[in-house]
Amino acid sequence: MGETSNDSSQNAGIDLSQFYQVFFEEAGENLDRMEKLLLELNVSAADDEEMNAIFRCAHSIKGGAATFGFKDVAELTHQMETLLDKLRRHELEPTSAMVDVLLQAGDALRAQLARHQGADDAVVDTSELLNNIRLMSSGAAPAAVVAPASVPAPAAQHVEVVPVSVLAAPADSEVRMLELRVGPLDDPKHADNLVDLFKEITDLGTIEPLDNGMHADGIRRFKVCTSSSDNDLLDLFTFHVSRDQVLLTPLTAGYGFHEGAPGTPVSAPATEEQGFGFFDDAPGSPGSTAPSPAASGPAADAPPIRAVAPKVEKATTAAEASTLRVSVEKVDQLINLVGELVITQAMLAQNTQGLDPALYQQLAAGLADLDRNTRDLQESVMSIRMIPMSMVFNRFPRMLRDLAAKLGKKVDFVTIGDATELDKGLVEKITDPLTHLVRNSCDHGIETPAERVAKGKPETGTITLSASHQGGSIVIEARDDGKGLSRDKLLKKAREKGIQAPDSMTDAEVWSLIFAPGFSTADVVTDVSGRGVGMDVVKKNILSLGGTVDIDSAEGYGMRVSVRLPLTLAIMDGMSVGVGEEVYILPLSSVVESFQVQEEMVKTIGGSGRVVKVRDEYMPVLEMEQVFNIPRLDFEHASGIMVVVEAEGGRIALLVDELLGQQQVVVKNLEANYRKVNDVSGATIMGDGRVALILDVGSLVRRSRH
Amino acid sequence: MHSILAVDDSASMRQMVSFTLKSAGYNVTEAVDGQDAYEKTNGRDFDLVLTDQNMPRMDGISLTKKLRDNPKFKTTPILILTTESSDQMKQAGRSAGATGWLVKPFDPAKLLEVIKKVVR
Repeated sequence: MGETSNDSSQNAGIDLSQFYQVFFEEAGENLDRMEKLLLELNVSAADDEEMNAIFRCAHSIKGGAATFGFKDVAELTHQMETLLDKLRRHELEPTSAMVDVLLQAGDALRAQLARHQGADDAVVDTSELLNNIRLMSSGAAPAAVVAPASVPAPAAQHVEVVPVSVLAAPADSEVRMLELRVGPLDDPKHADNLVDLFKEITDLGTIEPLDNGMHADGIRRFKVCTSSSDNDLLDLFTFHVSRDQVLLTPLTAGYGFHEGAPGTPVSAPATEEQGFGFFDDAPGSPGSTAPSPAASGPAADAPPIRAVAPKVEKATTAAEASTLRVSVEKVDQLINLVGELVITQAMLAQNTQGLDPALYQQLAAGLADLDRNTRDLQESVMSIRMIPMSMVFNRFPRMLRDLAAKLGKKVDFVTIGDATELDKGLVEKITDPLTHLVRNSCDHGIETPAERVAKGKPETGTITLSASHQGGSIVIEARDDGKGLSRDKLLKKAREKGIQAPDSMTDAEVWSLIFAPGFSTADVVTDVSGRGVGMDVVKKNILSLGGTVDIDSAEGYGMRVSVRLPLTLAIMDGMSVGVGEEVYILPLSSVVESFQVQEEMVKTIGGSGRVVKVRDEYMPVLEMEQVFNIPRLDFEHASGIMVVVEAEGGRIALLVDELLGQQQVVVKNLEANYRKVNDVSGATIMGDGRVALILDVGSLVRRSRH
Repeated sequence: MHSILAVDDSASMRQMVSFTLKSAGYNVTEAVDGQDAYEKTNGRDFDLVLTDQNMPRMDGISLTKKLRDNPKFKTTPILILTTESSDQMKQAGRSAGATGWLVKPFDPAKLLEVIKKVVR
């Protein structure tokens, strides 16, 4: 946790750190929103509402940061806010350089927040950034910083804090409260000389250090109470610090009351007190110096005791909030318990199957209710973990913007189905693979503007990410209108790498070559997409989530990568099959069809391999009893049913004894409870209490290839 | 027990204000913006309205104006929490009918100090 300036005496015994987490989350959301808005901002025709929304993000972070004592965050957001305020008031016109700097500032804020959360110890150096923003806000030297944001602006060692604050010319004798900022100083202690100055010159007024005498980035703050003019003060200060290191602003007194405003306090201070104020005669003022008019009378000495309206709601239930933040562990615990409940329910249902319905009518009705309620409960609980895909998609506009700029390409980014929901765990795991796909599209797919124009395509390429629900799965597609995959090039490359690649390979098989380890199709390896180590990892990650990847491409027109994932990892629809005495679960999403096998459909090839012909298509046969070495006691019921399953672009037929049914199963991790078992992705507890293994179809398909 | 309507679009600020006030024995109703606050005043009385200025949908000044149009809130103290303490801002607050202002950032002690002046 970074240093904060919480003094318990100021906090009325309240520990502000209890609000930090909420602040961090909120600040993160505001940063995301700000980044999104900045990326969407049309610099030449900025919309007032958009500018206001961006301003509000910075403003909100600043408010919280200042309150909770994160000075560096408050300082940076303050500068951003100053710039944004001028933009929204049309005192300055937005430029893309400003957007760049604001985006950078957003990155710096993230780093600062991460540091305060203890994630990283590196202090974020923002002096240059602060300087850039200040320069832009002053409107003085916008041209100087138009340079690409990553290039350091002509660095001035001293922040040029031109005393922008043109103070209202004070009447000579008027005592004013000012905030004095000094710095940045190499040695912040030098500022103490100013305190001595006030001791030496008695009629200068008083000076008190703010922030407990601490400094932020070498900047010290003081509260000055004086009747001297700014110029006089600045002249005096130059004895100790250079003039451009001093900033005088009227002290933001903190509060005040409006004279005559309702509710103003009786003892309303005539002058502004620290940090607040009341308007005289304003409604509710705690009494005012001027007698209140009759209308605001009750505000005076005797505050009215309001009769509570009869329809008033119970006050203790008053504090509603629209959302509730709950830790993921709590939700997971809930999901786990519901999973157990589902199993218990299934067990009860199975145990009561044999009972006479006439005798146990009420029990049956109760069980039917239990069944329905369990299912509803399960669905509701699962939906807690669901978050919209926009959480993943939102990170791409920024990434693509930077990437396209680096590669000199023009890319539009389109998302479809942002609201499609996916399990939080999957969202976290799918982000990296998707990032890789989008990077690849931008790097290898989309051509340079010149190439595109030469091909008669629009100069700007388009990368589309879409998400949609299809049955029990979510399908995420990354599509680009770039150059697409070249069959010839891929085959050539594969042969160079020593991969068997006959010309007879289907397109789908050729495309899936790019998933081979160490395969890169780019002629020149760029530092963006790396050396082709990516795609095989992408595929591996997706497979480990129980998903599949498919590629579709047309040379010259672009390519599409579809990722199909189960909606959640915790529950799946399964088909239970019996082999000997054992029961196995096949993920329903991978089951294509099943049929009674006839002797003549199965052919033996190459000695031991067996294939089955289904509608003119041959596919390998895997006998489950051989895969799992199941002892067969009963030769009467020899395997007679084939289930065709599909995974990783291939189909195989599994030979089983019987089909037992379809049901939702709660997936239990086998590795966590036992150890990794080949060809098995997990286990579940059946209604009768037995454990059934869930088959890893992808692994079975791979096994059939060897 | 006095009830206070605390309006802020920032959840952390809202929690901080709310927690501080509750610890000091006030009843607190939270609202996420001016619009939400206005809807929550329906059928309820408050001894004080504490509102942030810059909020989506309806800002603090607009909320103040709307509340003052309602006879029930003619005399209720309304304090605007703001990061700006410019005269312009104060003037806007004053003409809207606000009782006073409190500059952000403030600490819990300051908040209670100010509130004690208007809620008794």
